Amino acid sequence: MIDTLKRKGGCSSCGGVDDDSRLLGGSVILTKLEAINNWGRKYSFFQYPFVTACCGMEFMSVCGPKYDLDRFGAALPRFSPRQADLLMVVGTISHKQAPILVKVYNQMAEPKWVFAFGVCAVSGGFYDNYATVQGIDTLIPVDIYVPGCPPRPEMVIDGLIKLQQKVMESRWSDYPKGASPVSNDK
Amino acid sequence: MAANLIESIVKILFIFSVNIGFFSPILGWVERKQSALMQDRVGANRADVCGFTLIGLFHPIADAIKVLTKEDFIPEGADRLFHTIAPFISLTPAIITFAVIPFGGQYELFGHHVNLIIADLDVGILFVFAFASLASFGSVLAGWSSNNNWSFLGGLRASAQMLSYEVVMGLNIIGVIMVYGTLRLSQIGAMQADFFNWGIFLQPVGFVLFFTCAIAENKRAPFDVAEAESELVAGYFTEYSGMKFVMFWMGEFLEIVTIGALVTTMFFGAWHLPFVSDQMLLNYFRFAGPNGAASLAIVVNIITFFSKVIFFIWLQMTIRWTLPRFRYDQVMRLGWKMFLPIALINIFITGVVILAK
Ligand code: SF4
Repeated sequence: MIDTLKRKGGCSSCGGVDDDSRLLGGSVILTKLEAINNWGRKYSFFQYPFVTACCGMEFMSVCGPKYDLDRFGAALPRFSPRQADLLMVVGTISHKQAPILVKVYNQMAEPKWVFAFGVCAVSGGFYDNYATVQGIDTLIPVDIYVPGCPPRPEMVIDGLIKLQQKVMESRWSDYPKGASPVSNDK
Repeated sequence: MAANLIESIVKILFIFSVNIGFFSPILGWVERKQSALMQDRVGANRADVCGFTLIGLFHPIADAIKVLTKEDFIPEGADRLFHTIAPFISLTPAIITFAVIPFGGQYELFGHHVNLIIADLDVGILFVFAFASLASFGSVLAGWSSNNNWSFLGGLRASAQMLSYEVVMGLNIIGVIMVYGTLRLSQIGAMQADFFNWGIFLQPVGFVLFFTCAIAENKRAPFDVAEAESELVAGYFTEYSGMKFVMFWMGEFLEIVTIGALVTTMFFGAWHLPFVSDQMLLNYFRFAGPNGAASLAIVVNIITFFSKVIFFIWLQMTIRWTLPRFRYDQVMRLGWKMFLPIALINIFITGVVILAK
């Protein structure tokens, strides 16, 4: 990534740096707009904290004074899914809880991202039993997996930065169109 | 005629750009930084343009880009028309009320009489109140048209709260009107040229009550029962996404500015520096010739006025991040059982003092 930037002489935040096929395929204005759009989105995650279990403690710590997720522009919690961009799934999701999670995900307005926080959300963790969903990616699409039981705040911040990079690299063609990919009656 | 037109247009553009262009984006940043300060955090500081972060000042821009490109959602079964116009209804009054608030004195500039207020209405205060009550339509319509229980409850709470606090606010204003003997805000401002004529000395109780009621009217913490996250998800704007949701916030932020401006105008000497009247300013700047002196005095007026406004904005932000939310019944009790009698007694005492003088 850095190499590409250097070769093009572009700037990581404001430049319309793109790979060659895109440059040939799309117009320059399109690329620029995409970059500005992604730049705005990556620094403005309003999160929906879906906190169900012990990882919540670590979530509080990462939002608190010492680690401060707000530095990355991602600390404003909106408890209405319509206004949230980042679904933070923090903790164990049981099968009873699953329909609620899917409903909240479907209620969120596009663009939206999902953050699997802790090994329970990632894969079910050590709850290898009939009551726990074995990873939330069996229910909804997940963008970032942060394992750990619970993950250290540094890992969460690392995950958030990775998500920002992912947002920065997304294209118009990746933006979702049409009906929601997940149905409520899963 | 042409001069008048130019003067009006310049003033309107000035106030518009100060409010929409400066205050409403910057207050989002101030609010985040203030909360970070109160919670011993750093706050948003990572958004960069070509490597410059400017202590996080790009974050409001990032937020604006994001909300503008976010999906605009109208829930099933909602009233599409009212759901769409409700944010506009709650945003407009906050901008319009600034038209009757003076931000400077009256000067002769190039043989033209300049009055630093957009519309010098003789019922200025009533105009402010008329539009402040219109703002409650925004919340009520938003709550009702969303077809959502939480929104509906939020709208109900908002209307009840705004109506009750408007009563007390109106009664407070009566004290101010009795003292100054006018409804024209520019005259109220002009009468405070003498430091000991400032409203805070003539109506101290009125100031405390008015400021508290104004915060309650704006539905900000500790009076944010209308959007109470722990009870009502997000209150009357639960079903709003993207730009429409942010319009409610912009309305709230602009109302903070309006409250600051009103409090400054009525209780804190409007555009006057303590012990310095407009005439004294003109005398200080005599070296610049009559027109230069008037222009410099105008600049000083505007800076003084907006410094005071910014102080009150800061005060409201601090209050918002210090106090926890009242319960709904506590809000109502505070309004009807405590503030209303105090306001009535205040009017009575003001009347007695004026008669005795
Ligand atoms: S990953 Fe560990 S800390 Fe997190 S919810 Fe599961 S059991 Fe609790």
